[in-house]
Amino acid sequence: MDLLAFTRGPGMHWALTIFVIGILWRLLGILLLRGRRDLSEPRNTAVWKGLRLIGLRSWPRKEFLGGTAFGEIMGYTFHIGFLVALFFYLPHILYFEDLFKGVLGVNFHRVFGFDWPSLPGAAIYFFAAVSVAALVAVLVHRIWDPVKRMLSNFDDYFSWFVTIAPVATGMLAFSHFGAPYPTLLAVHLLAVELLMVWFPFGKLMHSFTIFLARGTQGMQFERKGAPL
Amino acid sequence: MTTDIDVKHPVETEGPRHTVKEPEVRYDKQGEMPDAERVQKAMHGFVKDFGRTAAIYLESCIHCGMCAEACHFYEVTGDPRYTPVWKLEPMKQAYKREYGPFAAIYRTLGLKAPVTVGELEEWQHLLYDSCTVCGRCSLMCPMGIDIAGLISQARHGMAQAGLMPHELWAAAERGAREGSTLGATPKVFKDRVEWIADENEIEIPVDKAKADVLCTMSSIEIMKYPESIAATAKIMKHLGVDWTFRTDGYEATNFGLLSGQEEWQREMSLKLIEAAVACGAKTLVLPECGHAYGALRWMGANVYGKPLPFRVVHISEFLADNVRGGKLKLKKLAKSATFHDPCQISRRGGAVEAPREVMAALGIELKEMFPTKGTAWCCGGGGGVVAIHRADALRYKVFQLKMDQIDATGAELPVTSCANCRQTFDDGQAHFKWDETMKSLLELVADNLAEA
Repeated sequence: MDLLAFTRGPGMHWALTIFVIGILWRLLGILLLRGRRDLSEPRNTAVWKGLRLIGLRSWPRKEFLGGTAFGEIMGYTFHIGFLVALFFYLPHILYFEDLFKGVLGVNFHRVFGFDWPSLPGAAIYFFAAVSVAALVAVLVHRIWDPVKRMLSNFDDYFSWFVTIAPVATGMLAFSHFGAPYPTLLAVHLLAVELLMVWFPFGKLMHSFTIFLARGTQGMQFERKGAPL
Repeated sequence: MTTDIDVKHPVETEGPRHTVKEPEVRYDKQGEMPDAERVQKAMHGFVKDFGRTAAIYLESCIHCGMCAEACHFYEVTGDPRYTPVWKLEPMKQAYKREYGPFAAIYRTLGLKAPVTVGELEEWQHLLYDSCTVCGRCSLMCPMGIDIAGLISQARHGMAQAGLMPHELWAAAERGAREGSTLGATPKVFKDRVEWIADENEIEIPVDKAKADVLCTMSSIEIMKYPESIAATAKIMKHLGVDWTFRTDGYEATNFGLLSGQEEWQREMSLKLIEAAVACGAKTLVLPECGHAYGALRWMGANVYGKPLPFRVVHISEFLADNVRGGKLKLKKLAKSATFHDPCQISRRGGAVEAPREVMAALGIELKEMFPTKGTAWCCGGGGGVVAIHRADALRYKVFQLKMDQIDATGAELPVTSCANCRQTFDDGQAHFKWDETMKSLLELVADNLAEA
């Protein structure tokens, strides 16, 4: 079995298994912990309204914007570039549609009534390039900024690596640069699998916990009538 | 024990703040025990709080460092150690190694080192001296982590390990033993009330068997601002309320909460709760004290184990209710003022507008600081910091932020509704020879009651 066959077959299979089981393990490990009932008399009884913090906290209050603008802008830039390249590139879509059918047994189109839209390859390349540039900028900032440097550990740097690697190798594969296409594709898939294997164990899990944490704080503060 | 504390940590009553005398030892430790036992107790203290909420928060930090921008201690020093989430590092380490979903992997592969007593000693400065638990960072965190809430929980571990600053420990211990953290024992309180009643020629009910309203005071008010007692009595008389003070539950200051000593926190809260139950109070009015509000309004029922059979309101909420109800009639002050939001009442307590309603009723032209309300800067003295002597230099740096903010408003009066903030301002005023004196909203109201 050559590298490409491995990454397309057992490599992807195991990566996907670790990805799904790892995420479930970590989420259940958090959510199944005991919760404490708050017996204080709420100021606002409709605590669910605090869930609006999930949206509200997506941009800082004006009082906080000055010192955080770089992090916010770069953060949004690399996330948007990454997600566009991931979800709107035709080969990715074909893979997701296959996966969708494999898991649910029906076509994506049949369930949603439309085809998963894609963007032209050049546009995807642009978004990927922007994402890579922003990721490099956030790494430089992490190393340069005393606060981020002090907070950073292996997880921060390795998570950065497993995030940029699929994008960068995807760009190389797209442009057929530096090696035969099958090799580039295999390296790209390997990078994706590395990302999937690491995902449940490190900070990339914030893709899920961000909603839990914002929702929790929102409801706690809404109960007290405290500013969100 | 009693003599030991009174000799080593006597109450300091002179000067612009009320605390215990400055201790000599730094990286304070309480009790004799081997380092390993101290660490084990800290871990136990941390782990005890690791429920679902704490786990969600501890799992969510992405080390973006943005919380630093919200912290006044970082703002004035630029020292990265004051990044709020860094103050939780030992707790995070304990969580990942001992409790998180992958704790077994971390331990087996040695990926997270155990917390050491040296780290805990170092973090004492970060968890106590340089954190007022003001919660500004919690509003900044893009992940939505309530960092300040976790700091309070981390203090539980430090308290269990006997690693509190001496001042907070001594005050909390005294509170648990004598009924008052800063020397306002029931006898002292009763004497003060009698003296204030004579001085002001006003009746102040104490220990009534039944009353609709139970009023409470902070130890700082009793010992340093006793005029607050008179102000409370004047307002209650004006409103015609059936009220009382009670010597079995009068002091709302909770150094148990500030120090992280949960058992003492519980005992202090239970005194107030049981006093209110004993006199059949429908409302318990908390004094101008920030942490008292957090301790009883938001944590009281949880330490009691069931919903409280009475309402708990901050004095500013009580006043605002009566302004709205048309019972509190006030003379117009015709002055401009700015309001300093006490963090635990406003940002973390939700009583943001009540004091502003009262100020409006006083005819005050309110000149807001920027930032204000939820994002207001803390005065630097909350969370017990004003009591910790070794934190003075740092606290004064932080206080300059507040002075600048107040000066920038051009308001004639700075006003607040927290005695702890007020003594921080008095201390800062003396230190910087500042020309502004912080006013109490309660006293402002009492001084401007309209004739019936």
